[in-house]
Amino acid sequence: MRRFLRPGHDPVRERLKRDLFQFNKTVEHGFPHQPSALGYSPFLRLMAIGTRSGAIKLYGAPGVEFMGLHEENNTVMQIHFIPDQCQLVTLLDDNSLHLWSLKQHGGASELREEHRFTLKGPPGSPPSATQVTAVLPHSSREVLYLGTESGSIFVLELPSFRVLEDRTISPEAVLQRISEDNCNRRSCELVEALREHPKNPDQILIGYSRGLIVLWDLQNNKSFVWLSFQQLENLYWQRDGSKFISCHYDGSYTQWPVSSDNRQPEPLENTVPYGPFPCKAISKIYWQTTKNGLPYIIFQGGMPRASYGDRHSISVIHGSQQTAFDFTSRVIDFFIIFSSDPAAEFDDPSALVVLAEEELVVIDLKSAGWPAVHPPYLASLHCSAITCSHHVSNIPLKLWERIISAGSKQNIHYSSMPWPIDGGTNIAPDPPQRDLLLTGHEDGTVRFWDASGVCLHLLYKLSTVRVFLTDADPNDNMNTLGEDEWPPLRKVGTFDPYSDDPRLGIQKIYLCKYSGYLAVAGTAGQVLVMELNDEDAEHVVDHAEADLLQDQEGYRWKGHEKLKTRDGPVRFEAGFQPFVLVQCQPPAVVTSLALHSEWKLVAFGTSHGFGLFDHQQKRLVFVKCTLHPSDQLALEGPLSRVKSLKKSLRQSFRRIRRSRVSSRKRRGVTEGGQIRSCWCKGEVDALQEMELAPVQRKIEARSAEDSFTGFVRTLYFADTFLRDSSRHCPSLWAGTNGGTVYAFCLRVPPAERRMDEPVRAEQAKEIQLMHRAPVVGILVLDGRSTPLPEPLEVAHDLSKSPDMQGSHQLLVVSEEQFKVFTLPKVSSKLKLKLTALEGCRVRKVTVANFGSCKTDDYSENDLAVLTNLGDIQIISLPFLKLQIRYPCIRKEDVSGIASCVFTKYGQGFYLISPSEFERFSLSTKWLVEPRCIVEMPEVTSNNHVHNKSGTENAARKSSFFSSSLLERKSGRLMEHALLNDESE
Amino acid sequence: MQENLLNALRGSGWLPLLSVSLGRNRTDLRSALVGCTGIFGAEFRRFSLERSKPGKFEEFYGLLQHVHKIPNVDVLVGYTDIHGDLLPINNDDNYHKAVSTANPLLRIFIQRKEDADYSAFGTDTMTRKKNVLSNVLRPDNHKKKPHIVISMPQDFRPVSSIIDVDILPETHRRVRLYKYGTDKPLGFYIRDGSSVRVTAHGLEKVPGIFISRLVPGGLAQSTGLLAVNDEVLEVNGIEVSGKSLDQVTDMMIANSRNLIITVRPANQRNNVVRNSRTSGSSGQSTESSLPSSTPNILGSLLQGEEESDEEDIIIEDSGEPQQIPKAAPTSESIESLSQIELLHESTQNGFLPSSELNLNHSAGSISMEYEVPEPGRKSLEEEGTIITL
Repeated sequence: MRRFLRPGHDPVRERLKRDLFQFNKTVEHGFPHQPSALGYSPFLRLMAIGTRSGAIKLYGAPGVEFMGLHEENNTVMQIHFIPDQCQLVTLLDDNSLHLWSLKQHGGASELREEHRFTLKGPPGSPPSATQVTAVLPHSSREVLYLGTESGSIFVLELPSFRVLEDRTISPEAVLQRISEDNCNRRSCELVEALREHPKNPDQILIGYSRGLIVLWDLQNNKSFVWLSFQQLENLYWQRDGSKFISCHYDGSYTQWPVSSDNRQPEPLENTVPYGPFPCKAISKIYWQTTKNGLPYIIFQGGMPRASYGDRHSISVIHGSQQTAFDFTSRVIDFFIIFSSDPAAEFDDPSALVVLAEEELVVIDLKSAGWPAVHPPYLASLHCSAITCSHHVSNIPLKLWERIISAGSKQNIHYSSMPWPIDGGTNIAPDPPQRDLLLTGHEDGTVRFWDASGVCLHLLYKLSTVRVFLTDADPNDNMNTLGEDEWPPLRKVGTFDPYSDDPRLGIQKIYLCKYSGYLAVAGTAGQVLVMELNDEDAEHVVDHAEADLLQDQEGYRWKGHEKLKTRDGPVRFEAGFQPFVLVQCQPPAVVTSLALHSEWKLVAFGTSHGFGLFDHQQKRLVFVKCTLHPSDQLALEGPLSRVKSLKKSLRQSFRRIRRSRVSSRKRRGVTEGGQIRSCWCKGEVDALQEMELAPVQRKIEARSAEDSFTGFVRTLYFADTFLRDSSRHCPSLWAGTNGGTVYAFCLRVPPAERRMDEPVRAEQAKEIQLMHRAPVVGILVLDGRSTPLPEPLEVAHDLSKSPDMQGSHQLLVVSEEQFKVFTLPKVSSKLKLKLTALEGCRVRKVTVANFGSCKTDDYSENDLAVLTNLGDIQIISLPFLKLQIRYPCIRKEDVSGIASCVFTKYGQGFYLISPSEFERFSLSTKWLVEPRCIVEMPEVTSNNHVHNKSGTENAARKSSFFSSSLLERKSGRLMEHALLNDESE
Repeated sequence: MQENLLNALRGSGWLPLLSVSLGRNRTDLRSALVGCTGIFGAEFRRFSLERSKPGKFEEFYGLLQHVHKIPNVDVLVGYTDIHGDLLPINNDDNYHKAVSTANPLLRIFIQRKEDADYSAFGTDTMTRKKNVLSNVLRPDNHKKKPHIVISMPQDFRPVSSIIDVDILPETHRRVRLYKYGTDKPLGFYIRDGSSVRVTAHGLEKVPGIFISRLVPGGLAQSTGLLAVNDEVLEVNGIEVSGKSLDQVTDMMIANSRNLIITVRPANQRNNVVRNSRTSGSSGQSTESSLPSSTPNILGSLLQGEEESDEEDIIIEDSGEPQQIPKAAPTSESIESLSQIELLHESTQNGFLPSSELNLNHSAGSISMEYEVPEPGRKSLEEEGTIITL
């Protein structure tokens, strides 16, 4: 009778589904797209970044992060923390002010918008009258001073955001107090800077854009006036309040004394640091005192206009030391971390934190040579454009340590300083396992990220460039500047969006976590097999060529040439070192890759065919051409017409860039962001033009003659029953764009004769799906309907050995359907049609293991599927029943959908911008999300108390930890209890 | 042994034939066929023809009569083509086609003309029936009334049909295109557009999908059942409203082997006005029993579903391409399998009652369909504007 129940209404199954599946977007990794504002609270030790889309993100100690989004989606212009409070004020480009606060809720802190306010002038006044240009949160925490374009300074009461009109400092009031010769209405226009006196909260320093600087006493409306003849950019107080410094549009800065008598003071010192030729404006300046007497003067800009005017620089001057840190992208803002203890006599700056458009750079000012600090978060994922990604769950500790040690050798030039922005406490449970996210980049590098927790942290960077001869001049090192170079520029940061050769781009990555073998394949048909080596080594990379067009004739490849290889031994640093290079011919982009570390075989496919390489014997086993004889498009090159236009655009910009690079050698100019943005713009315009044709779609069945049917989409190794049901053998499966599946029977000699006998392969089956949709996934299920384990998984006792008694099944996933076939005799068993019924196509598919959040002993394997509409569907195995569907990515976000990668345990990542991964979870059990708490530090300031509060914090932390656990299910509690036992 | 023989014949340029002559019952056969022992009333002959010189149909017909020893009996000759369809041989052209496409064996079926089962011929017959023999040979399974023969449909292969006329409002047309087995392209394009519907909130302009172009000589154009500016309402029983052009394109391509499109023709003049709602009992039944009429629709669609169940091809050990059989469900998985089938049914079920149908019913005896010309497409659309009362 049960078969007549409507499926999907089995109450037991429905309950189980609730215990297994849950969709959450948990955290954004990487660097915020288009940052526009920076703020820092020395009190909370938290940093805030605002973006052009209206997001604000707060960061503290690793793992402490908060995110908020303004409803308006307007650019965040300024961020100011309220002194000694868990509150901050943001100013958007629509002139609205927003008050945010960190409040504790359910044991963790949350960022919430409390209040919003827009300054309104008297009726009839121009908008400039209330256009806010400067914000000063007063140390009394009661008021906010708002400088405006008209020169008026409004006073807002906090937290009510009520304008205290009687306290407004109008330009007229200021003009009354200054002597006649300066008396000019226009000199009081546009407030550039508002600074509170460091010792006397009743005095604020007002800087007007035309050079007038006024120290205003709030108590008795007294004022002192200074006048500079240069347009003012910014002001900064010296710590004791006896002097201040102003910086100007002409690239100069000036120190001014503050005395109580009322005569016109003269500047103490006026300097143009990069003079004598005209210089660009210094837009922000810090004056930091130190114990040894020599101050740090740190300012942004001021470069000689003609030859270095397009540099994005921040200069640090300390006595005779002077360095201009040179950033590859525009500097948004910066701040200095110094002693926040008000009783301390000196600033003693410890770090310079710079937010550039594409990365965050922190400079250690305490160590000699001012090295950079390696940030634990906000990594610039896009320092070279991401071309592919690969996720490996549950890395064995040994491999993890070896990767970290290889990475640490690359990071020796970083400062050893602990991360200086360390506010808040991370109370999230420790990540359940060690996960690696590998990203392939356009410049031929692979980056290894620690993706276990909330902070996506770079562990190790691998470059494949060294294997090849490229046009790039190896001596083209921008840091090799002579001793007497002036200005003393030093390139910092890692953001470099240009690839010297797009053929180096990484397209496919496969890492075997048990053996440490890594296979990497790229744009010009190159396949590299690497091994992890803990030492530097110099060796020859074995080189082979795979001619995928073997028995086809009369074709001409019009795409790029293959990469030239380096002859002789190559020196490789510790880490993954290539030992085999296979180059596909024609050198089309590698579209699929599989590695079997136990059989020591690597399979690769392009738009022309696929091949199998024995990397133990370093011998090509076979190649198979999948190209349809009439498929000229696939032959000529990997790019369709649209793409070739894109390519030509790219090349023309590369040409521009080349010329810029050569001029940079002469003048030393970097112009990162701008070329990039105009490149993007050009591309977008060209693509838009192509879209103008009337939108109609051809309805035609797919046929064998379609283009790109031979494109190899997926490769899969399996030990299964291919020929008969009594003997299983190693096999290689390949699926093409035209809906064909090829199965090859492999004969791998036993380990003791592995080097003596060749690996043999023989085609055993070829399946043509009648619907001819691209095959995107192939999977063999064992006798228990469980997917076959990964190579070496059983050998490492991490998986049950597959059931070889029951009959195996083959699952073929095409873009349109899921089909299960029996093995060894291929008969179709069941299928699930997706496109015919829903009009969506499969873009990504993976087997994921879902554990129940209720009981530890239940878990099941399902298919996680991302469709071209951006939906995620979970489909059960082996019965192919749709379990649940979640909207995840906007369907217009093509690059987001293309970048999606699933993990083995039901999480996933996709790019929400070139520099940010969104992490999501489909599982109730495996959920990595920030959970942190920010508490008000005690306002008293001495080290002793501070230490005490530190221990209190720890105690509090543990209590939160346990209380948060109590909220969770008892099963989790048990798990953690066990973990704690182990660690003790 | 047999395989060897076949291979030998193939090499030699001789075409092996397997000829089966069928009768509707044993007594008939006994009279027609000498020495028949087949329990199903079939007789098998295996012989060969020179592939390069097939000769004329007349000669072949005579040869068959000779081989089966049935001179002077009028028979229908059919063969199974590479797709497994049972197709007729009745002239030189299709005879030559049959010989040229046979690989390696040409399977010939012969039926006496008077008791021939015409329904056995045509597209998808083999796949639908799983095994044409089992259907033709077991007439007891065949409880259907004999078809009324209007013309000689067995002489033709269907390329399109109008289906479900009895359950659709007359302003709609459900067209089935048989791409299967033909070389003709489907040959049409679709576009975005907007149409006007009657909704609870009055007339509303809603986005819709329209046929934008027919390729000359394509299947769509040659049927004459689809025209430019016809609005596409459903694809294989699934409503397209709310779906994007790309989604509908993907659905059509995914169903291209057996495409069933429900359209609202731009030109409503050719519609047959059925007086179903005023008098006919069929109208009564559609109106009164919408829920019970659903299985009807389902029936025809499910059939479509089954028939579209295209068979993938497997080549084993670089041998012969053959269709992949459906795995016989094992006892342990039979329950789960039937559940899968049910899933299909229920999803379709959920989609089926279209809003148009509901509209018609709620409007009682008055059915209104508005089509408002889209700006810029006046001349074409105006022609199709019609209000049916």
